Amino acid sequence: MSDSAHRLTEGGLIDRRKPLSFTFDGQPYSGFDGDTLASALLGAGVKVVGRSFKYHRPRGILSAGCEEPNALVELRTGARREPNTRATVAELYEGLEARSQNRWPSLALDVGAINSLLSPIFVAGFYYKTFMWPAAFWEKVYEPLIRRAAGLGMATHEADPDRYEKAHAFCDVLIIGGGPAGLAAALSAGRAGARVILCDEDFVVGGRLNAERLEIEGSSGADWARRAEAELRSFGDVRIMPRTTVFGAYDSGISGARTFGALERVSDHLRVPAPHQPRQRLWKIVASRAVLAAGAVERPIVFGGNDRPGVMLASAVRTYVNRFGVAPARQAAVFTSGDDGWKTLSDLAAAGIGVAAVIDARNDVPPALLAAAQRVSARVFTGAHVADARGSHGIHRISIRAGNRIEHVDVDGLAVSGGWNPCAALTTHVGGRPRWSETISAFVPGDLPAGMSVAGAAGGSLTLEAALREGAAAGAEAAAATGFAGAEIPSWRTSEDSAAARPFWHVGECPSKAFVDFQHDVTDGDIALAAREGYRSVELLKRYTTLGMATDQGKTSSLNGHAIMAALTERSIPEVGTTTARPPYTPVAIGAFAGHHRGKEFKPTRLTAGHAWARQNTEVFVEAGQWLRAQWFPRPGEHDWLESVSREVKAVRSSAGVCDVSTLGKIDIQGADAGAFLDRVYINTFSTLPMGKVRYGLMLREDGFVMDDGTTARLGETHYVMSTTTANAAKVMQHLEHARQVLWPELDVQMVSVTEQWAQYAVAGPSSRRLLEGLLGDVIDLSNTAFPYLACAQLAWRGVPVRLFRISFSGEMAYEIAIPARHGDALIRAIMTAGQEFGAVPYGTEALGVMRIEKGHVAGNELNGTTTAGDLGLGRMLSKKKDCIGRVLSGRPGLIDPDRPTLVGVRPVDRKARLHAGAHFLNLGAAATLENDQGYITSVAYSPMLEGWIALGLLARGPSRHGERLLAHSPVRGGDTEVEVVSPIFFDPEGTRLHG
Amino acid sequence: MRIQCPFCGERDLSEFTYLGDASFVRPDPDSADAGERFYDAVYLRDNPSGPFEELWYHGSGCRGWLRVRRNTRTHEILGVELARPAGFEA
Amino acid sequence: MRTLARGKPIRYSIFSLLGAALSGHRHWGPAWRDPAPKPAYDVIVIGGGGHGLATAHYLAKVHGITNVAVLEKGWIGSGNAGRNTTIIRSNYLLPGNNPFYELSMKLWEGLEQDVNYNAMVSQRGVLNLYHSDAQRDAYVRRGNAMRMHGVDAELLDAAAVRELLPFLDFANARFPIQGGLLQRRGGTARHDAVVWGYARAASSRGVDIIQNCEVTGMVREGGRVVGVETTRGTIRANKVGMAVAGSTSRVAAMAGLRLPIESHVLQAFVSESIKPFFPCVVTFGAGHFYLSQSDKGSLVFGGDLDGYNSYAQRGNLPTVEDVCEGGMAIIPALGRIRLLRSWGGIMDMSMDGSPIIDRTPLDGLYLNAGWCYGGFKATPASGWCFAHLLARDEAHQVARAYRLDRFASGRVIDEKGVGAQPNLH
Repeated sequence: MSDSAHRLTEGGLIDRRKPLSFTFDGQPYSGFDGDTLASALLGAGVKVVGRSFKYHRPRGILSAGCEEPNALVELRTGARREPNTRATVAELYEGLEARSQNRWPSLALDVGAINSLLSPIFVAGFYYKTFMWPAAFWEKVYEPLIRRAAGLGMATHEADPDRYEKAHAFCDVLIIGGGPAGLAAALSAGRAGARVILCDEDFVVGGRLNAERLEIEGSSGADWARRAEAELRSFGDVRIMPRTTVFGAYDSGISGARTFGALERVSDHLRVPAPHQPRQRLWKIVASRAVLAAGAVERPIVFGGNDRPGVMLASAVRTYVNRFGVAPARQAAVFTSGDDGWKTLSDLAAAGIGVAAVIDARNDVPPALLAAAQRVSARVFTGAHVADARGSHGIHRISIRAGNRIEHVDVDGLAVSGGWNPCAALTTHVGGRPRWSETISAFVPGDLPAGMSVAGAAGGSLTLEAALREGAAAGAEAAAATGFAGAEIPSWRTSEDSAAARPFWHVGECPSKAFVDFQHDVTDGDIALAAREGYRSVELLKRYTTLGMATDQGKTSSLNGHAIMAALTERSIPEVGTTTARPPYTPVAIGAFAGHHRGKEFKPTRLTAGHAWARQNTEVFVEAGQWLRAQWFPRPGEHDWLESVSREVKAVRSSAGVCDVSTLGKIDIQGADAGAFLDRVYINTFSTLPMGKVRYGLMLREDGFVMDDGTTARLGETHYVMSTTTANAAKVMQHLEHARQVLWPELDVQMVSVTEQWAQYAVAGPSSRRLLEGLLGDVIDLSNTAFPYLACAQLAWRGVPVRLFRISFSGEMAYEIAIPARHGDALIRAIMTAGQEFGAVPYGTEALGVMRIEKGHVAGNELNGTTTAGDLGLGRMLSKKKDCIGRVLSGRPGLIDPDRPTLVGVRPVDRKARLHAGAHFLNLGAAATLENDQGYITSVAYSPMLEGWIALGLLARGPSRHGERLLAHSPVRGGDTEVEVVSPIFFDPEGTRLHG
Repeated sequence: MRIQCPFCGERDLSEFTYLGDASFVRPDPDSADAGERFYDAVYLRDNPSGPFEELWYHGSGCRGWLRVRRNTRTHEILGVELARPAGFEA
Repeated sequence: MRTLARGKPIRYSIFSLLGAALSGHRHWGPAWRDPAPKPAYDVIVIGGGGHGLATAHYLAKVHGITNVAVLEKGWIGSGNAGRNTTIIRSNYLLPGNNPFYELSMKLWEGLEQDVNYNAMVSQRGVLNLYHSDAQRDAYVRRGNAMRMHGVDAELLDAAAVRELLPFLDFANARFPIQGGLLQRRGGTARHDAVVWGYARAASSRGVDIIQNCEVTGMVREGGRVVGVETTRGTIRANKVGMAVAGSTSRVAAMAGLRLPIESHVLQAFVSESIKPFFPCVVTFGAGHFYLSQSDKGSLVFGGDLDGYNSYAQRGNLPTVEDVCEGGMAIIPALGRIRLLRSWGGIMDMSMDGSPIIDRTPLDGLYLNAGWCYGGFKATPASGWCFAHLLARDEAHQVARAYRLDRFASGRVIDEKGVGAQPNLH
C-alpha cells in the first residue's frame, strides 16, 4: 500500500508542506509535521503494529492518546532505545525509527502466536496451578520460558546518554489539562490576575477541540483553542506548558497548597536533544489551588474479536480523521451505546469515508441521529450489538446480533464507543474516593482533596458546553481563593452536543475471544474464572487475572472488567468498587526522577581545603561519606599500597608525618552553661576541664549504646570546640541541637558546625615538635612543660588565627593544627616545607588506620552502633557523679552482661599469616556454628612495626582471655587462621612516645 | 509535602529530618524507677492513626527543631512551632 | 455456582489443568471457602495476610488444630502481603535472626509442594553491593555468620560482580562498586500467590477464612482475652493471635497495650514490562535502592522509608527521587525505562528493626508484629513459629530471641546498629 493510501487530501492540524520520513520495522514511510507515530502509520495504511502479551495476537491502534494498550513500539535505537513507547503519543520527527515488539521472527509471522492455539490452557492464573513438578525445574526450565515469553519491549543495557533536569515552579492556580475546560479555567483565572500554570500532555493545546467538529462562538474548536492560547500567552503571569504531563498529586502540608509532579518532554519530539538541553524535565509544581481538567477516556465494548486491528475507539477515529487528516478505514461501521458515538458517523461521512452501519445498543435512538444515518445511507441497527469481528491482520467483516438475528457486514474499520471514564486519577493519589455516577455510568471524583477542583469531562460533565462553563467557574473560584476575586466569569456559545448513553459493557456470549484488557490478554472468560474461584474483590481480580496491570494501568479495561464481575456476582458496580489509581498517571522515565544525580554527580563531592595540594601528591583517594580523602601517597618504585602505607607509618613513627584531618566534624560550643551541657552529652566530665586543655569524650545514645567519640577542647571559660568522627558529624550536630533545643532549653549554650570553616592537619611523630617550632616557634613555647600532651592554644600564624591541639591518634607525640579553611592550602604547604629537614611525609587514611589499630584506638568499625562503652574497654569513663544521655539505659542487663564481646587485640599464631576483618572467633576445636560464636574481628592492619598482621576484635569476656588461642573463622574471605588473644594496644603500650 | 518553618517559611519536605514522637519527656534520672521510666519513654509508642505531635529537624535550613502536629492518616499538617519553648527562643 | 462444602478442592497439576481446559475451566471451585463466622474457635488469627494465613495453615497441618478462624478486615492479602517487593533471602547477621530466616528459606524451598500452589519461588540470587572496605568487612562478618549456620554466602570482588552484571556503572560511579555479598538461594516469590496458596491450603484443612470482618474490640474476662468483637459479631476463642503488621498498635490498643512499634510508609515501584533485563536481586550499598525483575517482566524496586509516621498508603516525591537516583547511580541504563506505578505500604517498624513473636502480658493474646520492611521473606517461618507458640505456648527454638521484653532487658536485635529510632532501621 502506498504511503499516502489513507491520508485525506485536506483538513487537520498537520502541515502537508513538511513531510517527515520514518521507518517502522525497517520499512520506510512518511508522514507530516504534526503527526504522531500512530497517525503517520495509519496514514500509511499500516494496520498491525504489535503483538499482545500472552497470545501474541496481532494488534492495531485502539486509541489516539495516552491510554493506548496495543500500539506499543520500541522507539529509537542503540543507547536511546525506548521500549513500550505508545505510538499514539510519540510525536513524529524526521528519521524516527520504530520497531514492533513481542514478536519473532517478524510482526507478520510470529511464532509466539502458537500460544493462541494453547489459549484453552493459558487462562487467568494457569501458572499458579502447574509448573510445580519437579521443583528443581522452575528456575531451570519453566521460569526462563515464562520470562522470555513475558515482557513487551526490549530495553538496552547501555547507559542512557541523555540528560535530565529537575525544576520547581510555584503558582496560584495549576490547571491540569488544556482542553476546553482547562482553557476556560485558565482564561478566567488569568483574566483575574492569578499566577497560572497550564499543563497539557499533548504537543498542541486544545484537547478534544482539535479532534471534534464542534464549534464555539461560530468558529471551529481548534481555532478557538488557538485564540485562547494566544490570549493566555499575552498574560505575564500565565505559563502554558505543552508536552507536560502532571503525573502525580502529592501531600500538601500547607493548607490547600499541594505539590504536583509533572514531566515535561523537552526533547522527545527531536531525534536527539539540542545541545545543552535535557531530554526531559521533572517539575515539582507547588500550587495553592489546582483545577483538574484532564478530560475523559473512552471505553471499548467487550465483544468477540474486539481486539482485531481496525477496531478503534470512536473518539480516536474522529481524532485521526479531524486532527490528522487520516482515514483509518475505507468502509467503516460504528458500534455505540450513546449519542456520542454518532458523531463519528457524520465526521466519517464529511471526510468522504463510507459508513456501512451504525449499531446502537439502545432501543431508543434520537430521531435526528437516525436521520443523519439515512442521509449517508448507513444501515442502522438499534437494540443490537456487534458479536464478532473477523480478520486477524485487519478486520474485514463484523457480525451484528439484533435479537435472534445475526447479520454480517463487510467493513475494514469499526469505531466503538462504550461511554467515557473521567480521568480522575490525580484526585485519588491523595486519598480522594471515586463516586459512581448513574448519569454517565462511570466513576467520577467523589470527595475532592483540599485545594483541588474538577471541571468538564474529568468530573463527568461530558458536553462541550459543560466543559467551558465548569472550567470558567472553577478557574474563577480558584483565582478568588488565592486573592484574585471579582473578575467576570466568561461564557461562550457552543454548538449542540449530547452525551446521552446507556450503560453497556459486554455483549454476552461471543463466538470468539472477547477481550477486556487488551495488552494483558484478559478475556471475559478469565473474569468468569476469577469469579468462580473466589477472586471476587476488584483487587483480587486484578491480581489474579492481571486486569488493569498493563502499561495503561487499566484506563480502557478496568471498568469493563469490574462491570462483568458485578454482573457475574449479582452485585452493583459501586458494590464491587474500583481499584485505586496510583502515581504516575502515565509512565515516567526513571531517568527523569533521578535528574542529574547519576555518575559522579550522584551525591555532592566534598573536598577539603588541602585537596589541591593532595592532588599534586597522590591520585589515590577514598570516599569517606561524601568527602574524598587521600588514601596513601605512592612514591616511584613502590609496588603496591602496602609498601606505600608501611613506609608512611614508619616515617611517622621514626620522624614525622602530616595528615589532613579536616573531615572530622567540628562543633563550636559557647555559653555560660557549655560545660554543663557537655557533661550531659558525654559520659565523662567536661565542666572541670581546665582552659587550654583537651579531653577525649565518648557519647551515648539514650538507649545506652555508643554514638560517637572525639576530643573536645576548652578554648575559653565559656568556649569549647568539639570534634566528632567524619561519619557522624551531621548526626552528632543534630543530636546536640536536640539536646539544646528540646531537652534542656534552659541551658545557656549555643553551637554551630564549623567543620567546613576550619582546615585541620595532624602533625605526628618524634620530630613533630621541632617541625612545628619551625612554623610557630616565635609565637608559642612548644616544650613539653609549656605545651604538654592534651594542651591546646589559640595563636596566630602569619597573622591568621590558628588553633593548636596536642592530641594524638597515632600514639606518637602529635599535634593537630587548625586554620580557617581559606588558608588551609597555604598551611599544608608551609607544614610540608617546614618538614623537609625532618623527612616529614604526607600520610593518608590507610596509614592513619594502621597506627590507630597498633594503638588499639576504636574507630568506625568498632563504633558500629551496637557496642557499649564497656565493650570498647571504655566503661570506666562513665562518670558516676552525674547523669548523661544514655546513662540509665546503659545499665540494662543486656548491656552489662559479662559475656558481651569486648575489645581485644589478636595476632596470628603464625606471624606471617594474614587476618581478615569479619572473621568470627571460635574456640579451637569447636564446630563452626552460631552457638559456638565467640565474637569477631572488627579491624585489621599490617603493622610495619610488628612486621605482621594485627587485628582488633570483640570477643566474649575478651579482657580475661589474653593469651588464649582461638580460631579466626572466615569461610567467605581468607579461610581460617589460628590467632592469639592479646592486649588491644600493640605498640608502645606504656604510651611513652605520646609524651615525647 | 511542605512544612511551614516558623523561622524560614514554607520549605520542601526534603530539607527536614524526622525524629518522631514529640511527647518524649526525659524522665528524672535519679528517680527510683528510672530504668522503667526510661524504657517506657525511649521504646514505647502510642503510634496513633490521626493527629500526632512529632519532632522534625530543619537541618538544611535554620537547624531548628520543630514541633509539628500532623495527621498520620492524611499527612495533613495541622500546625508547626519551634520545639524550644517560649522564653527560650534565643 | 459450585461451592465446596468442606474438604478437598481439586488438586492443581498440569493434568487437572489440561482436563479443565477441555471443559472450559468450568469445574474449578472457589480456591478457598467463604464461610460465615462461627460463634467460637480454638484459635482466632487476626489478619488475613501472608503471616496470618501461614499461621493458620501450620496450625492445621503441623499441630492438627483446625478449628481456626482467620479474620481479615478487607480482602486477603490486602495489607503488606500484597504490596511488597517480593524478595526472599536469609542473609542475616545476628544469631537472633539468622536461624529464623533460614528456616523461612527452607520452607520457601518446599512451599509449592506443601500447599499445592505455584508461588513462583525463584532462587535467582540476592546480591548486596559494597563500596568501601568497611562495608566489605561488615559483609564478610555477615557472610561468615551465614555460613556458620549452613546458609550459602559468597563474597564477590568487583570483577566477579562485573561478570554477573556487566552493565552496572563501573566506569563513572561516585561510589565505585568494590564487590558484593551473594546469596544464590535468595530471590523472589509471587507475593499474591503466597497468600492464595496458604489460604487455599488452610481452607482445605478446615480453617475458616473470613474476609470483610474487621476486629473492633477484644473480649476480656478477668485478665484474659477470650475473643474479639468484629463487624460481623462477637467471636470467642481460647487463643487470639495478632498478625496485623501495619495496624499492630491500633489492634493492641484495643487490649490496652502500648508497644515498641511505629507505623511508617514504605514506597515501592514497578516499571513497565520488558524482556529479561536483570537476572537477580541487587541492593545498592551507597544509596537507597534495590531491584529485581518479575516473571511478568516488570522491574520491581524500592529504597528507603519516607521516614515519618504514617497510616496513609502513599508517600511523597523526595523518596521517589532518592530511589531513582540510587537506581541510576548503579544502573545507568535505567534512564529510559519507565516507572509504571508506585504505592505505599504501612510498615510495623520495631525499635530495633527485628520482629516480635511472643505472648503478651494478657493471657490468651499473642503477638506477631514488628516486621519492619522484611515481613514478606519471613512469611513461612513467621507462620510456622507463631503456630508453634499458639499451639504449645512456648517459643519456637528459632524465634526465641523475638521477645517482647527484650527492649526492657537490653537484649535488642539491632542489625543496623541505629538504636531506638524506627525510621532508621
